[in-house]
Amino acid sequence: MDVEILSRLQFAGTIMFHYLFPPLSIGLGLQLFLCELMYFRSRDLAWEAAARFWTRVFAVNFAMGVATGIVMEFEFGTNWAVYSRFVGDVFGSALAAEGVFAFFLESGFLAVLVFGWDRVSPKMHLLSTLMVFLGSMFSAVWIVVANSWQQTPAGFHIVEQEIQGELIPRAEVTDFWAMVFNPSSVDRLTHTLIGAFVLGGFFVASVSAYYLLKNVHREVARRCLKISLPTTLVCTVASAMSGHHSAQQLVKTQPAKLAAIEAHFETTGEPTGLWLFGWPDSETESVKYGVQLPYLLSFMVYSDFETPVPGMDKIPPEDRPPVWLPFQTFHLMVGLGTLMIVVSAGACWYWLRGTLIEKRWLMWTIVCMPIAATAANQAGWITAETGRQPWIVYPSVQNGVEMIGLRTSDGLSESVTAEQVLGSIILFSIIYLLLFAVWVFVLNGKIQHGPESPEQLAEYKASIHKGGMAELIEQQGTSRGGRSMLDEVVR
Amino acid sequence: MTHWFALLDHDTLTYIWFFLLGVLITGYAILDGFDLGVGILHPFIARTDTERRLVMNSIGPLWDGNEVWLVTFGGALFAAFPNAYATIFSSFYTAFFLLLTCLIGRAVSLEFRSKVQSRLWRQFWDAGFFLSSFTAALLLGIAAGNIMAGMELGPKFLYQGSLLSQVYWYPLLVGAMTVMLFALHGAIYLYLKTEGELQNRVRAKITPIFLAFCVIYAVVSFSTWIHVPHATHNLFAYPVLWLVPALNFLAVLNIPRAMYLGRPGYAFFTSTMVIAALACLFSVGIFPNLMLSSIDPEYSINMFNGRSSRDTLMTMLVIAIIGFPCVLSYTFVIYWIFRGKVKLDPHSY
Ligand code: HDD
Ligand code: HEM
Ligand code: HEM
Repeated sequence: MDVEILSRLQFAGTIMFHYLFPPLSIGLGLQLFLCELMYFRSRDLAWEAAARFWTRVFAVNFAMGVATGIVMEFEFGTNWAVYSRFVGDVFGSALAAEGVFAFFLESGFLAVLVFGWDRVSPKMHLLSTLMVFLGSMFSAVWIVVANSWQQTPAGFHIVEQEIQGELIPRAEVTDFWAMVFNPSSVDRLTHTLIGAFVLGGFFVASVSAYYLLKNVHREVARRCLKISLPTTLVCTVASAMSGHHSAQQLVKTQPAKLAAIEAHFETTGEPTGLWLFGWPDSETESVKYGVQLPYLLSFMVYSDFETPVPGMDKIPPEDRPPVWLPFQTFHLMVGLGTLMIVVSAGACWYWLRGTLIEKRWLMWTIVCMPIAATAANQAGWITAETGRQPWIVYPSVQNGVEMIGLRTSDGLSESVTAEQVLGSIILFSIIYLLLFAVWVFVLNGKIQHGPESPEQLAEYKASIHKGGMAELIEQQGTSRGGRSMLDEVVR
Repeated sequence: MTHWFALLDHDTLTYIWFFLLGVLITGYAILDGFDLGVGILHPFIARTDTERRLVMNSIGPLWDGNEVWLVTFGGALFAAFPNAYATIFSSFYTAFFLLLTCLIGRAVSLEFRSKVQSRLWRQFWDAGFFLSSFTAALLLGIAAGNIMAGMELGPKFLYQGSLLSQVYWYPLLVGAMTVMLFALHGAIYLYLKTEGELQNRVRAKITPIFLAFCVIYAVVSFSTWIHVPHATHNLFAYPVLWLVPALNFLAVLNIPRAMYLGRPGYAFFTSTMVIAALACLFSVGIFPNLMLSSIDPEYSINMFNGRSSRDTLMTMLVIAIIGFPCVLSYTFVIYWIFRGKVKLDPHSY
C-alpha cells in the first residue's frame, strides 16, 4: 500500500475516532447547563444531583476528546506536510485561534466544573459550566471554519513562494473575514452543532429512560427527560432544515459532491428525482435495486419542482469523487435523521399526555437512540469529506480569477515512508481499541452507579458544612452525614 | 489603532512571532513541566492508594490547561511558520507519534485510574502514568537536542534522516536533563501541595534529584560547547546575552538555598526561572533558525523563509492581543481557586 492510501486511512480513522467524543461533549454541555440552570432557579436538589451526575459523565468523555484531539492537531504536519505548507497561511490562524479562544476556556473552566462543586458558589459554578459549554462550541467554530475553507475557499490568493530557487505555490489570506465566512462555513457549522445537540439530548434521554425502565433514580430521571426530550425534538427538526440548506449551497459550490451523494450520473432536461435507497455503480453509471421519488431532488436543491440538477457528466472524469460511499452515508444520515424526528416527536407527544413511561417499546427505542445520533454524525462527515475528493483544497474562482486547488494525492509529506505510516496506524489502532473498551467500561460503570438521590445529596452537603472535608475523610467510620457519597472518596 | 499597526512591517512581525512562540513553548515547559515531573515521581513517592490519589490530584484540575500551551504552540507554529511546522512534524514522524501516545496515556491514566475498585486496574494505570510522563519528558528533550544540534535537512526543506539518526548521545543527554529538570520542578511543586509524612518523603527526594540534575546540567552545557559550536554564536555576537546563562546558573544554585531557608514557594519560583532561562538559551542558540540543516546551512528553515504573509502574522497578533489577557486571567483564577494543599473529595480522580 502506498503512503497516500495509508495516510488517508489514518486521517479518516483518527478523526472519526476523535469525532465520537466532541459531539457528546458539546451536546452534553448544553444539557448540563440546562440542569444547572434549573437547579439555580428552583434550588431543587434533584436538579443538582442530576447536574453532578452528568458532570461525571461529561468529564470522562471530555478526557477522551482531549486525548484524541491532540493527535489531530499535529497530524496535519506529520502526514500532510505539502498541504500544511499550502494552507498554513490561511488556516493555521484558525487553529491558533482555536487554542487561544476555545481550548484555554474549556480546559480552565472544566477544572471548576468538575472539581469545584464544593469549592465555589453555585453562581460561579453555573458560570463555569456555561464557559465550558461555550468553549466547546467555539472550538467547533474554528475547526469547522478551517474545514469549510478547504471545501469552499474564499478570501485568499495564490502566491508563488520561492524556496531555494524553486517556486512553490501557496494560499495567502487577503481578507480574513471572507476566509472565515466562506460560502459553506455558516451552514456547516450550524448543521454540525445541531448534530451535536441531537446527540447530547438523546444521550441524556436514553440514560433517563433506562433508569425509568429499571425503576431506579426516578426523581432525577424524570427531570432529565423534561429537558432532553424537547431538545431532541427541536434539534432533529432543525437538523433536517439546516441539512436542506447545506444541500442548496452544495449545488453552487460543490456540484460534484451533490451529484455523488445523489448518484446523479446524467444531466437531463427533466426535474430530478431523489433516491430513497439504492446501490450506485460508477462503472455502469447506474443505480441498482433503487427506489426513486420523482421531483424531490430538484425540490431539495432549488425549492421548486422543475429545475433539473446538474449531474456527474458535467464534471471532468479526473475530478469526480467516489459515488458509492458518499451516497450510502448520505442516505444513512437522512434516514436516521427522519427516524429520530419521528421518535422524538412520539416521545414528546406521549410525555405531554403523561403516558410515555407506560410505552415500554418507545422507552427502549429512546435508549438505543444515541447510537443512531452518533452514526448520523459520523455518516455526515464521511459524506462531506469523501464527496470533497479528489481535492484536499477545492479549486475556486476569486474575484473572477481562477485559483488552483490542491489534490489529496499531492498534499502528502514527502519525507514520510509507507512503513512509518503503517507503524503509526498499527500503534494507534491498538491504543484506540483499548481506549474505546476502557471508555465504554468506565462510562457503563458511571451509568450503572447513577446519580445520588436528593436525600443523599442533602446529607452530604450538610456534612461538609459542619466539618471540613479532611476530617470527614479521616473519621469516615464515625461520620454519619453523606456516608454514601463519602464512600466514593475513600474507595 | 490602524495607523499604529501599519507601522509593523513584515520583518518586525516575524521577530515578534519568533518571540511569542518562544513564550508559548516556555509556558508549556514550565507548566506541563511540573505535571510531567509529578508523573515521574509518582511511583517513588506515594505508597498507599490514598497517597497515590493525592499525588495525582495535586495536578488534577490543572494538567489539561497546561497541555493546551502545547496545542496552542502547535497551532501558532502552523500559522506563523507553516514551513517549519510541516517539516518539523514530518521529520520527527515516529518520535512524535510516540510523544502523542504518551500524552494520550497520561490523560487517560489520570482520568480512569480511580474509577474502578481493583488493585490490578489501578496498578496498570499507575504504571501508565509513570511511563507516559517519563517518556514524554525524554522525547521532548530529545527533540530539543536535535533541533539544537541541527538535522539532516536537504534541499526544499526535505528531511533526509531517519528515526535512528535522531537518537544519539547528544539528544539523549538533553533528554535525560529534561527528565531530571522536570522531576525537580515537580518535586518542589509536590512539596508545596502535600503535607505530613508524604511531604517529608518528597523533601527527602529533592536533594538527590537536585544533585543528579546538576551533574547532567554540567555535562550538557559542556557537550553543547563542544558538539554544537553554533549554539554560542549569538552569545559572542551579542555579549549582553551572557546574562542568560549567568542567571540560569544562579537560579540553579538558588534552589537549595530557598529550600534550606524553608521557602518552598520561592524555590518553585526559582525552578520556574531555571526552565525559563534554559528555554531562552535554547532560543538564543537557534536564532534565527527554526530548524538548522546539518548538511548545508543554506537548506535551513529560518524565520524568514519559513514564515507566513504579513497579513496573517498581523491577524494572529490581534488574536494574541485579545486572547492572552483572557487566558492569563482565567488561568490565574483557576490556580487561585485550587490553591493550597490537595484534598480528596467525591469529585477527585
Ligand atoms: C465539531 C467539533 C469538533 C471538530 C470537527 C473537531 N474537534 Fe477537536 N475537539 C472538540 C471539537 C471538535 C471539542 C468539543 O472542543 C473537544 C472534544 C471533546 C472535548 O472534550 O474537547 C476537542 C478536543 C480537541 C483537542 C484537545 C483540546 C484540549 O487539550 O483541551 C485538540 C488539540 C483538538 N480537538 C483538535 C482538533 C483538530 C485538529 C480537529 C480537526 C481535524 C478537530 N479537533 C476536530
Ligand atoms: C470531525 C469530523 C470529521 C470527520 C468525521 C472527518 C472525516 C474524514 C474522512 C472519513 C476522511 C477520509 C476521506 C477520504 O480519504 O476519502 C477525511 C479526510 C480528511 N479530512 Fe476530515 N473529517 C472531519 C473533520 C475535518 C476537519 C475539521 C478538517 C480540517 C480542518 C478535516 C480535514 C481533512 C483532511 C486534511 C483529510 C485528509 C485528506 C483526505 O483524505 O481527504 N477533516 N476526513
Ligand atoms: C434529516 C435530514 C438531513 C439532511 C437533508 C442533511 C443534509 C446534509 C448535507 C447535504 C450534508 C453535506 C454538507 C456539505 O458537505 O457541505 C450534511 C453533512 C452533515 N450532516 Fe446532515 N443532514 C440531515 C440530518 C442530519 C442529522 C440528523 C445529523 C446528526 C445528528 C447530521 C449530521 C451531519 C454532519 C455532522 C455533517 C458533516 C458536516 C457538514 O458538512 O455540515 N445530519 N448533511
